[in-house]
Amino acid sequence: MDRTPSDTGTARLADPPERSRPAAAGSQPADRHAHAPVIGSSQPAAIPSDDEPVFGAGTLGGRVGPARFADRVLAGLSSGAGAFLVLLIGLVTVFLVIRALPAITADKSNFLTARTWDVGGDTPDFGVLPLLWVTVLISLVAMVLAVPVAIGIALFISQYAPARVARPVAYVIDLLAAIPSIIYGVWGIAVLAPKIQPVADWLSRHAGWIPLFKDYNVKGGTIFTGGVVLAVMILPIITAIGRDVFERTPRANIEAAWALGATHWEVIRLAVLPYGRPGLVSGAMLGLGRALGETIAITLILSKVSNAGAFSFSIFNGGETFASKIANNAAEFNSPAQTGAYIAAGLVLFVLTFAVNAAARWVVNRRKEFA
Amino acid sequence: MTSLTIPGPLAAAPGSGWRKAKDRIATTVIYGSFLLALVPLVWLLWTVLSRGLHAITSDGWFTGSQRGITYRDGGGGALHAIVGTVEQVALCTVISVPIALLVAIYLVEYGRGPLARATTFMVDILTGIPSIVAALFIYAVFVTSFSGQRAGWLVSLALVMLMIPVVVRTTEEMLRLVPNELREASYALGVPKWKTIVKIVLPTAMSGIMTGIVLGVARVAGETAPLLVLVGYSPNDNSNLFSGPQGSLPGMIKDQFGNLGSTTILRGGHKVSVHYAADRMWGAALTLILLVMALNLLARLIASRSKVSS
Repeated sequence: MDRTPSDTGTARLADPPERSRPAAAGSQPADRHAHAPVIGSSQPAAIPSDDEPVFGAGTLGGRVGPARFADRVLAGLSSGAGAFLVLLIGLVTVFLVIRALPAITADKSNFLTARTWDVGGDTPDFGVLPLLWVTVLISLVAMVLAVPVAIGIALFISQYAPARVARPVAYVIDLLAAIPSIIYGVWGIAVLAPKIQPVADWLSRHAGWIPLFKDYNVKGGTIFTGGVVLAVMILPIITAIGRDVFERTPRANIEAAWALGATHWEVIRLAVLPYGRPGLVSGAMLGLGRALGETIAITLILSKVSNAGAFSFSIFNGGETFASKIANNAAEFNSPAQTGAYIAAGLVLFVLTFAVNAAARWVVNRRKEFA
Repeated sequence: MTSLTIPGPLAAAPGSGWRKAKDRIATTVIYGSFLLALVPLVWLLWTVLSRGLHAITSDGWFTGSQRGITYRDGGGGALHAIVGTVEQVALCTVISVPIALLVAIYLVEYGRGPLARATTFMVDILTGIPSIVAALFIYAVFVTSFSGQRAGWLVSLALVMLMIPVVVRTTEEMLRLVPNELREASYALGVPKWKTIVKIVLPTAMSGIMTGIVLGVARVAGETAPLLVLVGYSPNDNSNLFSGPQGSLPGMIKDQFGNLGSTTILRGGHKVSVHYAADRMWGAALTLILLVMALNLLARLIASRSKVSS
């Protein structure tokens, strides 16, 4: 097929900053692509005109039978695949619940609020509160570090860099997402951790009276180190979405700001940032979803603490997240009862990331209705 | 979102020093944030390259396994791990690609109504599902419920759940970029819908679809969490996906990570300290990064030959 669709050329010209990702099909004017997804969501476009030509199609040339049959086969197969995905998520929920419930009902303490984790014996006694706490804390550290930097990079790519530079820069940032997380893990604990230890020491020496910075004498494998590595890992996600929404800022808003005599920064503050805010929120939440579920990097970095039940507010302590707890004990899944406790922890993690991701999508979609 | 308010300072003091200073500060911060992001990237790549080069250029790295080699011995290769990773990812690709293509075709060419909305939503959710949860699900189904044994193919199944959304997303975007005029021209010639999709729409979007597949492969090749839950690590050659523990590159990194630090051994009557495990760990890391980066470059290359473009 050596078709060269001539009309994409005009659409491309009208779309000033070239993007390096296919995930940004949304801003082409005057054809049905105008319905295409906003901000990396795969919302199907409402395409009213697609069915109509098919009516006559099969009836020409006397090929009614086979054409209609093949049409039905492809339609059936593809909608079957769609239904399969819906079913799959349903199955994930059902199987996790079925396998987790016996363990949760056999639990001696309250599954959600207990601070112990003893699943080996006949009377399992465990709760997910410490896991939840460390998971949330480490993700928040990552967000605090990553979001401002990601906004800066997204502004750099979409508003400052010339098109010639913006493309390679975007590619370089995307490379951060291509590095496997286990390599982030070994790099984080073996190379990065010793180098940022002085920062941690300085903070806990001078601000140690704040519970957040209290020194627990954990060297290297702290929530702080894990948060820094997670920040690097979620940076490309937030940047990609920020870039997308900033590039979508209507030309008119930007030029109006220039015409008012605004400086470049004021243009951004008046036109670009307000327009992109909902997109940024959802990008940040997608990053959060990724951070909550990150497994192997955190498993390698975080030191397990002997007394995990004792609560600490410090980012200079170790601990375990949902994912690292499961990964640390994956080799010892022996009895169904014991495994059930970990599956229950996984279920909570699933619900958590599901809620965060669904909320992020909700923000995007609500925004789209106003656009 | 189109209303603009004229802020006080902007109306009051055109070109004042403070406004210019703020502009300059903002520019510096924005350029700085980009440079800041480069630090970990360059640092990490340099670390892996400089520490891993020794191992992967050593004899037998691409031909030998770790059979019988402890952390006190040097040498050994990564062939067992490369074979395991390639096999697991290949099986995952064979399963994921048809499903993902069909889902994308459904969403673009057929989908409307509640099922399409639900499917879109589920693709979004699947994109965000933690890999450890995917692994636990496969474990709960195949090991706990059907009392199967841990093996490489279960890893492939867990990876399928992570790869499908990547391929669906890219394919969907690419199919939407195919101009409607092509479809209509085809319909006008009396070509049925299925043939239009198979012979016109898919070939036009083919390079974009290939890009998505390659990116999906790169995404799952470095996944480690499913390996921990679903298959044991083996230092021996095991090319059988369906039984026994199997090596893999991430598994090998994790395995060697357990013995980091220097070991003192006796060599010729003298005590010398060696870092065999660390060497091999960085070597495996470099091998994995090279594999993933090569796939990413390949994706770029295919994308640059695309017939439709964003």
